[in-house]
Amino acid sequence: MSAVMISRKVTRKWEKLPGKNTFCCDGRVMMARQKGVFYLTLFLIIGTCSLFFAFECPYLAVHLSPAIPVFAVLLFVFVMAMLLRTSFSDPGVLPRALPEEANFIEMEIEAANGNVLAGQRPPPRIKNVQINNQIVKLKYCYTCKIFRPPRASHCSICDNCVDRFDHHCPWVGNCVGKRNYRYFYLFTLSLSLLTIYIFAFDIVHVVLRSVDSGFVLVCFFTLWSVVGLTGFHTYLISLNQTTNEDIKGSWSGKNRVQNPYSHKNIFKNCCEVLCGPAYPSVLDRRGVMLEDSSSPAPSDASAASTNKGSNPVSQTTKSSAPLIPNEHTPDEAKPGIGAGTQKSASSPKDEKPPSPTSPNAVAPGVIKESTH
Amino acid sequence: MISAPRTATDRTKLPYCHESFHNLQELRHSASLANKVFIQRDYTDGTVCKFQTKFPSELDSRIERTLFEDTVKTLNNYYAEAEKIGGQSYLEGCLACLTVYLIFLCIETRYEKVLKKISRYIQEQNEKIYAPRGLLITDPLERGMRVIEISVYEDRGSSGSSSGSSTTSSSGR
Repeated sequence: MSAVMISRKVTRKWEKLPGKNTFCCDGRVMMARQKGVFYLTLFLIIGTCSLFFAFECPYLAVHLSPAIPVFAVLLFVFVMAMLLRTSFSDPGVLPRALPEEANFIEMEIEAANGNVLAGQRPPPRIKNVQINNQIVKLKYCYTCKIFRPPRASHCSICDNCVDRFDHHCPWVGNCVGKRNYRYFYLFTLSLSLLTIYIFAFDIVHVVLRSVDSGFVLVCFFTLWSVVGLTGFHTYLISLNQTTNEDIKGSWSGKNRVQNPYSHKNIFKNCCEVLCGPAYPSVLDRRGVMLEDSSSPAPSDASAASTNKGSNPVSQTTKSSAPLIPNEHTPDEAKPGIGAGTQKSASSPKDEKPPSPTSPNAVAPGVIKESTH
Repeated sequence: MISAPRTATDRTKLPYCHESFHNLQELRHSASLANKVFIQRDYTDGTVCKFQTKFPSELDSRIERTLFEDTVKTLNNYYAEAEKIGGQSYLEGCLACLTVYLIFLCIETRYEKVLKKISRYIQEQNEKIYAPRGLLITDPLERGMRVIEISVYEDRGSSGSSSGSSTTSSSGR
């Protein structure tokens, strides 16, 4: 049997992934749909550093030390690398259940609920699991048709369930979850250091040369917001909590469950979050989708999948599992709050002097996520 | 063609054994998918990847409980090894951070190495134990690490009670 090769573009799995992500570089880059604020972040960081390198570094290098701009360049490179790593990587998206799995779960739920009378509402779909002697509730996600693992949450902006969901950050143009939280933290930390560094040398420059101090003022406001954010995330990491859990108050209060994931030791918590294993992506974005049997040629070219194997049948992007007739939207489904995530209790990182905010307000504002 | 040697005692233990499923290729060509069983995650130890070892009733007549439990326990051990937080993971993390994570372009992370081991183990288990019994395990990685999907095949010639879809989705490769 001769292999007839048709020269056409292979379809990679990222093209058929449900959800509202955008992909670049043939599936290597994964971001949210709205990228405007991310471009603003890039512009602000690159713009500020360019001004620093252009106007202040020559003077500082000559009059103080050439190490000053060198260290600034290294720090800048680190900041950009962490930003791009956070923005472009898969945050830990959980793929949606295929129809058979969705049916299996539906049948389990039906069996657990027993007979529901015609007019009655079925009970909410919740599973209780015991983790470290605490009862944790796992909620069912109606979009992804799975019971969400503990600490996972559905981001309605990206329309995906994300493992260890922290928040959706418009500044990096992506969700922050299990896989990219440490890069996000390192980004905020290194950006704080860079801002403090530039701020300090701004002051030195102003003092030494008695020039206009407008730039210093701008840095001052930026500093507070970025350093505040870093401080907040340092606090979360030391308690092994996510922003999402903190906002919802999952582990706070007397009657609530205590955080079962915390090792009760700050050092251990930090180590787990920052030095834990590098989790792989379970979305096989660059895997090749094999054609259906209706295609005219045997797909020899596409049989060699690049990554961990490929599903031979291209599954539908919208889950079309036949649902049990009494499927309904649960009580706790709330409509999305506003349009776009606001993560701005502290002032945003822009160079124009914003309205002055209290430096103590470090908790993020409204996080939009669908709580169904 | 018989691929793996099976002892006579193995075969006599099973009340329902497929004479015709000798290897994976035959399984795909001569069998139709009857059902899929999903082994769920076990979250009692937290968010580490671990699967329940509870034996599903649908597999009661197809495979011995001990073989199934051994497979799941071995997989759980592999995942525990991948996710272990200790000296090696710290070293990997620190080294990667110092190189601005560019080192991951050159070397494989420990997790990825273990995932390859798991994939080879599942393939081996399918060939030796599951395919001869008309079953096929799908690597959990292909299902988002949420479930271990076990496809149950019926011999086309003797299928009478297959109620599942007749898609020939091959799983487990």
